[in-house]
Amino acid sequence: MNRRHFLLASALMLALPAQAQTAWDSTLEAAKGQTVYWHAWGGDPKINDFIAWVGEQAQARHGVSIEHVKLASTADAVARVLGERDAGITTGGAVDLIWINGENFAAMKDQGLLFGPFAEQLPNWPLMDVAGKPAVVTDFTLPTEGFESPWAMAQFVFEYDSTRLPEPPRSLAALKDWIIANPGRFSYPQPPDYLGTTFLKQVAYGTLADPSVMQQPLDEATYDATVAPMWAWLDEVTPALWRAGKAYPQNEPALGQLLADAEVDVGFALNPGRASAEIAAGNLADTVRTFTLEGGTIGNASFVAIPFNAAHQAGAQVVANLLLDPEIQARAQDPNILGFQTVLDLSSLADTDRARFDALELGVATLSPADLGPALLEPHGSWMVRIGQDWIARYGVAQ
Amino acid sequence: MSTGGLLRWAPRLTLALLVVPVAAGLLGTVIPAFSQDAKGLRALLDWPGLPRAAILSLTTGVAATALSLAVTLLLVASLWGTRAFALIQHMLAPLLSVPHAAAALGLAFLIAPSGWIVRLVSPWATGWALPPDLLILNDPYGLSLTLGLVTKEVPFLFLMALAALPQTDVTRRINVAQSLGAGRVAAFVISVFPSLYRQLRLPVYAVLAYSMTAVEMAMILGPTRPYTLSVQVVIWMADPMLTGRATASAGAILQLALVGLALGLWVGSERLARRLLVYLAEAGLRAHGLDPVARWVAVVAGALTSGALILGLAGLAVWSVAGLWQFPDVLPESLTLRTWLRAAPDLVSTGGVTLGIAALATALSLALVLACLEAEHRFALLPGSGALWVLYLPLLVPQVAFLPGLQIAALRSGAEGHWVAVSAAHMVFVLPYVFLSLAPAYRAWDSRIAVAGMALGATPSRVFWRLRLPMVLRPVLTAAAVGGAVSVGQYLPTLLIGGGRIETLTTEAVALSSGGNRRLIGAYALLQMILPAVGFALALLVPALLFRNRRGMSVAS
Amino acid sequence: MTGVLELQGLCVYHGAAQVVALDLAVAPGEVLTIMGPSGSGKSTALAAVMGTLSPAFRTEGRVILMGRDITTLPAHQRRVGLLFQDDVLFPHLSVGENLAFALPPSVKGRQARRAAIDAALDAADLSGFAARDPATLSGGQRARVALMRTLLAQPCALLLDEPFSRLDASLRAQIRSFVLSRVRNEGLPAVLVTHDAEDAVAAGGPVVSPLGQPVAL
Repeated sequence: MNRRHFLLASALMLALPAQAQTAWDSTLEAAKGQTVYWHAWGGDPKINDFIAWVGEQAQARHGVSIEHVKLASTADAVARVLGERDAGITTGGAVDLIWINGENFAAMKDQGLLFGPFAEQLPNWPLMDVAGKPAVVTDFTLPTEGFESPWAMAQFVFEYDSTRLPEPPRSLAALKDWIIANPGRFSYPQPPDYLGTTFLKQVAYGTLADPSVMQQPLDEATYDATVAPMWAWLDEVTPALWRAGKAYPQNEPALGQLLADAEVDVGFALNPGRASAEIAAGNLADTVRTFTLEGGTIGNASFVAIPFNAAHQAGAQVVANLLLDPEIQARAQDPNILGFQTVLDLSSLADTDRARFDALELGVATLSPADLGPALLEPHGSWMVRIGQDWIARYGVAQ
Repeated sequence: MSTGGLLRWAPRLTLALLVVPVAAGLLGTVIPAFSQDAKGLRALLDWPGLPRAAILSLTTGVAATALSLAVTLLLVASLWGTRAFALIQHMLAPLLSVPHAAAALGLAFLIAPSGWIVRLVSPWATGWALPPDLLILNDPYGLSLTLGLVTKEVPFLFLMALAALPQTDVTRRINVAQSLGAGRVAAFVISVFPSLYRQLRLPVYAVLAYSMTAVEMAMILGPTRPYTLSVQVVIWMADPMLTGRATASAGAILQLALVGLALGLWVGSERLARRLLVYLAEAGLRAHGLDPVARWVAVVAGALTSGALILGLAGLAVWSVAGLWQFPDVLPESLTLRTWLRAAPDLVSTGGVTLGIAALATALSLALVLACLEAEHRFALLPGSGALWVLYLPLLVPQVAFLPGLQIAALRSGAEGHWVAVSAAHMVFVLPYVFLSLAPAYRAWDSRIAVAGMALGATPSRVFWRLRLPMVLRPVLTAAAVGGAVSVGQYLPTLLIGGGRIETLTTEAVALSSGGNRRLIGAYALLQMILPAVGFALALLVPALLFRNRRGMSVAS
Repeated sequence: MTGVLELQGLCVYHGAAQVVALDLAVAPGEVLTIMGPSGSGKSTALAAVMGTLSPAFRTEGRVILMGRDITTLPAHQRRVGLLFQDDVLFPHLSVGENLAFALPPSVKGRQARRAAIDAALDAADLSGFAARDPATLSGGQRARVALMRTLLAQPCALLLDEPFSRLDASLRAQIRSFVLSRVRNEGLPAVLVTHDAEDAVAAGGPVVSPLGQPVAL
């Protein structure tokens, strides 16, 4: 531990009331020997490997083991906690930690299914870049209030193969023209898929007269008129979509596979480093590049939350804190590992820790923070739900 | 005879084991559908995709069943007794043991516009440098889904037909009918088909119910705008909103009603078919010209269904060792073991859990089935047709209709989330298959052996352990392998009763399939097949080894 | 240990129809022959004595063996031996194991059991056949193993269910005399079921129909 780190650590300890320190000690004590059942989407081997590695770290540092419960959908874990509550199980629940955000978080928080607040009491919380990345405390406009702890930043980026498409369309209008001029070469995951709905919100950002209304809960009286331009945009491109809009990929990896199979020329992800990581893993050609739109793209954070009835709440908090550890954050940002952007404020880190981030290469397809452009705020959760439902009524049922 | 009392109860215990979970689960599903002002039902009716999803469920289910039955009957009618028939018999077990999810994923890669078939002929024959924009997978009519179902249901119906054929005296009947001037196919249709179908009825109903409600296959191959009803039910089940669960329950009830309706329609068309057959027989159907055509169609249909399955799995196997593999390359640019090395630790732990669950469910099912069959033999019980229906109950009632209710029951009892509970839930599905696969051989055993044994002073249990069990070892092990394969392939029961904490190769594979990573899916699909394949291999090898010097125990005799 | 096999008013009904009516005694060493066309109830009579009748049949009367009432005893406790039309050797066991299966547990010790089996094989002219696969034996050899297996179980009576009908003519007389001479030597009461008059003549005992009527040869 170098001097600066030591000072920082001391300062942190001083900053924390002695009581809190004792409380964390007892949390660590209680966590020892626990197995944390972390329910997290299991569709990506890179993420699965990362979680396994975090499990090794948790075991080595705190004697906590992690069991990754691989979900097909985060909602499975939410439904499980609901089921337990309905069955009267208020302690010893099966879910200790959930990778969560957006509507799932809103639903759990709303129904009182979450343990906490805990996030802002975690020892690593002071490293968080709250000022620079407001999304770490505001999840789809909903204040997290310490009921979930962020661990990765995400931003919407388009992916394309530069050999097939030398100059990608960099605005929503240009994208529309390109889609119509190149029928069958673009698609998006079928809403209510998370990424698919995010794409719809991206379209809304580019077409609504005043996108800032989406920061408020939607107003039924004006909703139809407000979103009309978004539907108009979609109506125009739909006949020129992949499969003429008669079928859609199911989720982000399925869209990624379409890009890899050359079934589409432009894909996208909520992870600026995904393309580089996929290239490194040999799943995408090394000519794939990424781009964002001129006005910016939607950014949000990934969180972990602890259910109210979790059997291993102490262990779950230890894992949530460990996820904020600079070493772990740096590994997550490594394009060869995950390519997830860190939630930490690099200027608050010790030199050695900052060096970990500085040493990371961007990856061949990853944009630099400057090129990435501004991160637009997620709309209020009510928009996501409603737009997803309306999409199903408009396009989700074959005519 | 101290065990006699217990043994006498085995059939009743077994039937209860099948009826109680299904009934309790159904009840647990019905209640949420109609509680709170039936808001689940109302939400279901408000869903814009409902009419189409319901019709899709009917059309894909009925089409898949009719096609599977037709292909099976064609194969039996035109190839019975030929070398090709023997070949199919050998391929059957491995094909049957392929989990539905793996089969669907393999098929998806095969027939997709960027799949293997298009790659093989591109660009040299088609001129396609990019995959054509054709709607093949997830087509709105469910044709891909139907094809996928057929590839998995033909092996099942074929196996059931094989079990039924010895009791229908095929060779003699065909010979007699042919000597009266009928063509081979006509002879089969008129003289064998009626009694064969009588024994195939329940399996066919099970295929119909399954095809209408398949979840994994429909997720991968089925229409998406809207989804089939069963997939939508599962999506609702996972909805974080409370209303989702009630809607799911209402959807499950509708699904159940649709299956009932389809079964009714099917039974009705059976009547029509019977009249048609009688008419054809009276009209003196000969149809010699049909034979070569039928044989040709049978070979093509059989090759297509098995070929689709085998090539699809081969494709997944290649994916599991593929480096970069771009369109239109027929093979990957490079091969790598990275996927396998990565999967290895998971394989060991997940494979262990899968094996443990399958072993327990199979062992208990086998014990119960043997007890039932032995009780039937010793007490000369005549199983009524009601018992057979009960046996098929878990295969006829859609899984999505009773498993959610069963999950709630498991939750309340605190059993949920334990691998033993998962194993118990698997038994509901394993037991019928073990019974169906073992009963014909067990009943066909020469009962004079038992009389001879008892005349030599051997107790019934000594007769069972020393004579009957060793003599039916091969079918017993085959039934165990079938049971193991069924357990390994279970998805919904594992997911729901295991509470997501019990990971088997199948839940892992399906979770991965949502990620579309063909490399890892390929690895898991193959691993998923290895366990059942080892089981089937043991079922062949162990008796062959034990009885290598006993000609009377060879397969032919 | 020998004694008389008595059938006391043994009647078997299938529904309302009477298929067996026997009231007689078979002395040790004597062979009673039951003759009749197929389906006449011959085998039903044997099954009634054996205790293996299916529940579809109703039985009256008693079966007394060596003064012991065995009417309600399960088959394996009756000590009634049985020879089938076919040899019904256990195909998964060697010749020696087939014989060992029949040896009562009272024959203790591996050597004693081995000796009993070898003696039985010697008596059947099959010395050294213990390790053989029964499927590799000739029809005559198999018939002799089957008889020796039945005798090793030390039965108190013997039932013969058309045991010679499947053998070809040259073997038939030979095996028949082998079996009958063993029955006489052992002094067992025996019941032979056949539709072949030659068998009945060779048996030398009384000949009746399943319904107890004397049959003239």
